[in-house]
This record gives sequence, C-alpha cells and structure tokens, in this order.
Amino acid sequence: MSSLAVRSQARPNTEINYAWLLASLTLLVAIAFIGSLLIGPAAIGAKATLLALFSGSQSQSDAAVLIVREIRLPRALLGVLVGATLGLSGAALQGYLRNPLAEPGLVGVSAGAALGAVTAINTGLASAFALALPLGGLAGGLAAAVIVQALAGLRGGPLTLILAGVAVTTFASALMSLSLNLSPNPFAALEIVFWLLGSLADRSFTHVWLAAPLILPGLAMLLLLGRSLDALTLGEDGAANLGVNLGATRILLVVGVALCVGAATAVAGAIGFVGLVVPHLLRPLVAQRPSRLLTSSMLGGAALVLIADIAVRVIAPGTDLKLGVLTSLVGAPLFFYLVMKTRRSLL
Amino acid sequence: MKRAMIKTLDVSVDLGGRRIIDGVSLDARAGELVGLVGPNGAGKTTLLRVISGLLEPISGSIELDGEDITLMAPRLRAQKLALLPQDHVIHWAISVEDLVALGRLPYRGFGSALSPTDRTAVAQAVAAMDVADFAKRSVIELSGGERARVLIARALAQDTPILLADEPAAGLDAVHQLDLFAHLRGLAEQGRCVVVVLHDLTMASRFCDRLVVLDEGKVHASGPAAKVLTPKVLKSVYGITAYRGQADGVPFVVPLKSLVGKNPPARRKT
Repeated sequence: MSSLAVRSQARPNTEINYAWLLASLTLLVAIAFIGSLLIGPAAIGAKATLLALFSGSQSQSDAAVLIVREIRLPRALLGVLVGATLGLSGAALQGYLRNPLAEPGLVGVSAGAALGAVTAINTGLASAFALALPLGGLAGGLAAAVIVQALAGLRGGPLTLILAGVAVTTFASALMSLSLNLSPNPFAALEIVFWLLGSLADRSFTHVWLAAPLILPGLAMLLLLGRSLDALTLGEDGAANLGVNLGATRILLVVGVALCVGAATAVAGAIGFVGLVVPHLLRPLVAQRPSRLLTSSMLGGAALVLIADIAVRVIAPGTDLKLGVLTSLVGAPLFFYLVMKTRRSLL
Repeated sequence: MKRAMIKTLDVSVDLGGRRIIDGVSLDARAGELVGLVGPNGAGKTTLLRVISGLLEPISGSIELDGEDITLMAPRLRAQKLALLPQDHVIHWAISVEDLVALGRLPYRGFGSALSPTDRTAVAQAVAAMDVADFAKRSVIELSGGERARVLIARALAQDTPILLADEPAAGLDAVHQLDLFAHLRGLAEQGRCVVVVLHDLTMASRFCDRLVVLDEGKVHASGPAAKVLTPKVLKSVYGITAYRGQADGVPFVVPLKSLVGKNPPARRKT
C-alpha cells in the first residue's frame, strides 16, 4: 500500500499545478485583452478608455466612445475568439491524430474558407456588400468540412482524415491560385493577397456577431473531446475498449473544427502557427495529457493572438503590418528552437 | 460448472475479402485461464478483437456474461471486458500513473477526478505489475519490458470480470513472465475469466487451465494442455515435434524440431 500513499500525495499536487496554469493563462488573456483596448493609433488615456467603454456618457468625447466601442472592443473580442479557436483546434487535432505536427488547417477547413472569401472578392460580391466576404468564407469552410468528412468516412481512422484534408486543401489552394492568376483587375488580386495574410484590423461588431454564434458552439464541442483524446493515447483499439465511441469522436472533432476554424478564417483570414505552436509550448506544462491541453491551449491561443495583435500596432504603427505575417515570423523561430530542443533530448 | 462469461456461436469474420475467422464457437468461463494458441496468421488477434466488439462479425453471435454484445453500450462493455492489445502503443509521453489511470475511464463521468475506488484500483494494478518504482516517470523513459508491464497494469486497473490479453508475456524477462502468469492465475482464481493469446507453448501448457488451438480461423482443438498439445496436433497445426515433460505434476511441452522448415543445427556439446 506504499504506492497508494505515494499516489495520494502526488495527485493533489498535479491538480494544483494545473489549476495554477489555467489561472495564470486566464490572467494573461485578461491583461492582453485590456492592453488591446488601451493601445491604438488614437492616443486615448487608460481612464478615458475605461470611461468610454463603460459609461459612454456625454462628458466623454464622442470620438473616444466610438473608437473604443466600435473599433477596439470588437477587435479585442475577435482576437479572443480567433486565438481560442486556433489554440483549441490545434490541440484537439494533435490529440486526435496523435501527431504533434497537426494544425487547424490540416482538415481543409481554412483552405476552403479562404477560397470562399477569395471567390467573394473576385466576383465583386465583396465590394457590393460588406458581409459577402465573411459569408463566402463560412460557406467555403463548411463545404470543405463536408467534403473532407465524406471522403474520409467515419471508420477510416486518422490517416484517411489527413489524406482527405490534404486533398481538399491542395485543390482549394489550386483554385485560389487560379483565381489570382486570372484576376481581371490588379486591385482585386492585391486585396486577395492582403486578405489571405490574416488580420484583425478594421473589423466591426458585425464580424463578432457573425463569428461568435459559430465559434462558441464549435469550441464547446472540441472541449468535450478530453476523455476520448486521453483514451486515444492507447491507440484506436485501446480507446474503443475503454468505451470511447470513435465515430462520435470523429464527428464532434470535424464539426467542431469546421464551425470554429471556418468562422475564424472567414472573419480574420489565415493566421498561421498559433494552432501549431501553442499546444507545443503548453504540452510539457500539462504532463503531456491531451485532455488538459485543450482548455490550456484555448487560453494560450487567445493570449498569443491578442498579444500579437497588440504587437502589430506597436511595432509598425503607421504601416498595415498583418497579424498573420507577424505570428508566422515569431512562430517560425520558436519552431526552430523546438526542433533543436527535441534533437538535444534525443542525443 | 461456472457460468460462461464469453460465448461465441459460429462467428465468422472477413477482412480485406479474406475469411479470417471461420465459424468459431467457443466459451470461456468465470474462474478460468484460457490460452489461445496457434500459428502466426491463425486469427487469434482477430478473434480477441471481435470478442471485444472492435470488429463486427459477418455472421454468428457473441455474448458477454449472457448479454449480446451488439446490445451493450460501449461504456458498459468497457466495465465488463478489458483488452490488452498486442502492439504496445503509447502515443504521448504521459506519466506511468496517468497511463494506468486511463483504465478507470469507463467508470468516470465527464471531467470528474479519480474517486477513492479508482485510486485503489490503480494502486493495486501498479503494485501487481511491480511498476510502483517508476510510477512518476514518463512512459518514453521505460524499457520495452517495463512498458509492457505498465500496459498490463492499465488493463488490470480496468477491473473487469473478463480480461483478454494479446501476447502479454512478449518482451518480458523470465521472472516477470512468471510473475505475470502467477497474477493471471490469481485473477482467474478470484473468479474472473482470463483469455490469453500466447506463442510460448511451454508457458501455455504449464499455466493455462485450458487451451484453444486456432488454425486457419477454425478451432482445431480445445481442452487441457495434455489432451490438446498431442504430437498429432503439434504436427498438423505447427509442423513440429516437441519434448513432453512434467514438473510439479503438471505436463509441459518444449518445441524441438520443425518438420516443414529448416532446423537450426543443435548446439555443440561441450
């Protein structure tokens, strides 16, 4: 029974660590969120910002109220939603596929969403009415998910899902290149290229209202996967023997990713590396347990995107540095570091 | 006679257009340690998978503890039957105790922590497989044999009346093989139904109450080792001759010569 004693000492310890991790990540998100409200090209003091946000009384200048409520608040909210989406869907896909290189774009949803948005720009729909762009993205993302799921089937296992995702992504990218190639006017082509880079600038509450009703249920579905992902540590047979319904797990995963990644890409474009790097960074802190990686990666993703979106405004205030460019620029060296670390640990 | 925990009736399985299991009817009772033996490709692993509900048979029926497996909810089935797969797959570098605790998943609600019952089951499994010394370590730091023991502990933690183990002794050193069989015997004596796939005919003949010989998807013979591993069966199923001896009043078999393939030259006498 000595092992029992060892165990009962150790268990609360890891529970506390995990609680601390979640608490610190939540605090980080909160700080980054407030930072995102405070920082911008219009110099509005902290007190004025908070007053504009909460009271909006006549004593404040109308401009401050307008900027904080209509520009910075939706941008920060979208930062939370998009970041949470990327972090959580990356963690869920890595857990399901049992592959640390999986990322939210793998199942074809982001490429489909990008193609939908590009089509909206190219056909001129996007300039005819503003919502055509995100709606086109949503339609493309959901269509891609349906095709991938139909191709991969329910019993196919991870490999067929990856293959189907790669096939759909490749085809959607080819169509995007084609539409760029044949683009009738250079301005549309430029708009497409810039949109594809991924950004949270100049988004309004319309975008929040469009994305949130899809992202929130998508996140909830992915958060339900914890048990199944833990069980999949033992492989498909091991998980099935533990009572995990693999078909239901697959549906929850694909629908959850389609909803949140589709909506996030539709409103913010393709923001790379967050979904890949955040679960990587957090995995050692949750003792590699796939279930614990879910909530922590969701918070970590939200914090990272918010911070990157602040950095975009601080580093190059005058220019239109895109968020997706920055995350890739910062993410790639982080990945180099991870490669070196993995190599060292193998020696 | 104790009640039948596993009962298959005329079960057939096709995989990739080939008949892998061909009309297998067998039963295994509570309190029994049954060895499933047979040459490579005989269908042993497939039979365990179909009994566990991981594969659907194209015909025939399977009952676990008197209940049709197709009517059992996955979670209830998981509380009835534990399967130890052959491939020692562990995908993430989680700690040994977290891995063993996965065996308690069928008993736990969504997001709930380990209950005192869960902890006791985990601690007993850890002690039974002698893995307490490295309970805190990550599974990637373990040797192959240690991993095998940790995975057995995982299946034991599931605490089910039926345990199916696919080559659990592979990769274990001699003392841990003996420990494992002592433990499997102990589980059977507690009234569980234990079915083990194994290739080691010596171990099979010494420790299993009953052997089922599977060949080309069919049950070739079934019964106590002395009656099943006869020269005739060994010749027709494996194409070997064997030395038959006795220790502690229990007969055992040691494979000697191949009748079909090449024989290694005997070691030089010194």
